[in-house]
Amino acid sequence: MIPADHAIILSLVLFSIGLIGLLIRRNLLMILLSIEIMLNAANLLLVTGSYIHGNLEGQIIAFFVMVIAAAEVTIGLAIAILFFRLKKSVDTEKLDLLKG
Amino acid sequence: MTEIILFYLFSGLAVIFSLLAIFLKSPIKALLSLLVTLLSLAIIFTLLGAYLITMIHIVVYAGAILVLFLFVIMLQGLGASDTPLFQRFSKPLLFSLLLAPVLLFLIFLSALARSPKLLAASEKVHGTVEAIGRLLFTDYLLPFELTSFVLLLGVFAAIALAKKEPSS
Repeated sequence: MIPADHAIILSLVLFSIGLIGLLIRRNLLMILLSIEIMLNAANLLLVTGSYIHGNLEGQIIAFFVMVIAAAEVTIGLAIAILFFRLKKSVDTEKLDLLKG
Repeated sequence: MTEIILFYLFSGLAVIFSLLAIFLKSPIKALLSLLVTLLSLAIIFTLLGAYLITMIHIVVYAGAILVLFLFVIMLQGLGASDTPLFQRFSKPLLFSLLLAPVLLFLIFLSALARSPKLLAASEKVHGTVEAIGRLLFTDYLLPFELTSFVLLLGVFAAIALAKKEPSS
């Protein structure tokens, strides 16, 4: 039997790592990649919940999270391409179009 | 016993390679580290009894999302490189940025430590195609149909955003 609380701790560690990546990266693509790590941590937590409670609801929600993640990354990368076409860079420091 | 050894082995791999994914400078190397993290997570999903989720995870993440990332990085070439960490932030700022997620982790951990001991269910859950499919097409039929709508909207949005503007 896998210790359920250790699986939860693993998901917390991965979520924190994703959050660190989100904060310290200045590349739009790497920020999206960190969001993927955080979504995966959430999925792991849902699957662990399903493992603890012995029903399948958590796995169904994890399935829906994956669908949303796929749609999110498609739109995010489209925005990254648009931004790159505009500025020839994906550095978020250059993302100052709305600055007065 | 084998299950527990596999669980700790692949947990360690997932943590190490996700750390590499956020700290490596080259986007391609970071992406390939993320691939290792995702595959380790897939094995952990299998150990937790989520078989269909494992397969969808591999197909969607390793198959679709990573290839999409790879294409975008390839299209952008050298423009996708990142400035070194210490040039982006001063040291005190970097320290506080690292402190925030660590504190969040400690808050979660203390909440977990206060809760009663979590144990696996007495009968192991089996997320087979049959079991998940039965639930998806009965209790979760409406959300399942709505996901197709969300995916369609995602495709439309991506095409509308990334379309070449007519040169004026």
